[in-house]
Amino acid sequence: MTPRASRRDRILSRIVQLAFVGGVLALWYLATARWGVSHLLLPNPVRVWDQLKDVLASGEFVPDLRITLTELAVAFAISSISGVTLGYLLSRSQFLIRVFEPLLAGIYSIPIILFLPLYVLFFGLGPASKIALGATISFFPVVLATVAGFGYVERIYVVAARSMGASGFQLFRWVLLPAALPVILTGLRMGFIVALLSILGSETIASLAGLGHRIVHLAEAMETARMFAYIAFAVAIAALLNFVVTLIEARGRR
Amino acid sequence: MTQSVPEAVASKAGAARRAPPRAGLMRVVRRHPAIARLAVIAALLLLWEIAARDWVDPMFLSPPSRVIGSLGAVFRTPGVPAALQITFFELAVAFVISVAIGLALGLLLGLSRFSRASFMPIVLLLYGTPQITILPLFILYFGIGAASKIAFGVSHGIFPIIVIIAAGVQNLKPILLTSARSMGASRWQLFRWVIFPHMIPSFFAGMRLGMTGVLLGVLLAELYVSTAGIGYFTTLFTQNFDPTRLLGLISLLAVMAIVLNEIVRRAEVHFGRWRAE
Repeated sequence: MTPRASRRDRILSRIVQLAFVGGVLALWYLATARWGVSHLLLPNPVRVWDQLKDVLASGEFVPDLRITLTELAVAFAISSISGVTLGYLLSRSQFLIRVFEPLLAGIYSIPIILFLPLYVLFFGLGPASKIALGATISFFPVVLATVAGFGYVERIYVVAARSMGASGFQLFRWVLLPAALPVILTGLRMGFIVALLSILGSETIASLAGLGHRIVHLAEAMETARMFAYIAFAVAIAALLNFVVTLIEARGRR
Repeated sequence: MTQSVPEAVASKAGAARRAPPRAGLMRVVRRHPAIARLAVIAALLLLWEIAARDWVDPMFLSPPSRVIGSLGAVFRTPGVPAALQITFFELAVAFVISVAIGLALGLLLGLSRFSRASFMPIVLLLYGTPQITILPLFILYFGIGAASKIAFGVSHGIFPIIVIIAAGVQNLKPILLTSARSMGASRWQLFRWVIFPHMIPSFFAGMRLGMTGVLLGVLLAELYVSTAGIGYFTTLFTQNFDPTRLLGLISLLAVMAIVLNEIVRRAEVHFGRWRAE
């Protein structure tokens, strides 16, 4: 394809995308304003926008956001530290890798959200059960990535470094760590995202506070416009966090 | 672990071979990690048993021996077999819908460069949003019955299928298409003999990820609100502080999830084999 044709295609694609988003918004507006869809089911986009401005201006979101982010921070701190430590220890022996890796991968393939009722039973409805669930779910991608990162370093590099007389620490600092870091960072990013999702999820299902809880609360009060505003807010926060960790991962890879 | 870092790494693949001679049992275990794995599982179960018997309030934790013993009682609880059936039905329907729509959309996106450039960013954007935040909307639109669980399951299962199928079709080598065309293949023949066989591995990879998504979506919706599915009983057992039956029910569901995952994974390995050069 000629560069000119491909540029024309790219512009056309952008137009199609804009038309798609615009079409969805227009349909949404027409459905509520003209076609009489109940505002309990689908609030008018203009009202949602007003509610969103109100939520942001009044600072009403601050306590909920703080709780959700605190839960996320604690859960991720627990899972990343324990996951990287355990992963490193396991990766030091090929035997341990072969014993534990299938075990961890097997547990990871079960939807751990199933155990949420148990966590609620153990830790109550407060933040503790969310932290525990988030830490459990995000532990697995971190530990599996750490094992994969440290456990499968090309042997030729290790042999070469040792034959040049590298000490144990030098080997770790200059060979193992650079080789493993990209894989571990990917695992940490995935762990962070699943921790965020499982915390939002457990807040939605059973909780006393937090963003997920606020959305459910508004849904039950049938305040749909404000609920849409909070959903948009939560999605924006999630997108922002996702963007930040992706950026950190990209920087760390260099 | 007394090995230093370089030794441990250098002895990687040859760990079993070069291990110093030891007692027979140790050597057998070293050769067969599966034995050690079973021992780890047994140790964990034992720890759980002891913890539940001696350390933890029986209101909260039940030993595995009692949980296994109570599986019969869980099954006899009125409504539980029906609830398991409903949940299985929701999973099956959500999976079939995800695969059917995901396959169609994935092919549409994968086979046309223009539609891929236009709509792939939108699909990826939707795939990346935390759908859990809109779970209350699904209940609002589809009610608290099976329909909302199926819809939520589809919303989790469909995107990985679209993305993987589109990527799989797209990776087709142009030379294969060109040579088939130059030998006079019709459109249908092209699809049947070139595109379709190349799609199979990505199709099954998509099915596997789709199954993971569907399981997550359906179970999330079940736990959120349920009138007859398993979510109803997990809530009931939690509120009655009945950890024995709660653990029993959860283990049954975990087995269901493992079996479903395993079926799809086996299918992927089986049908993806021809490609392994």
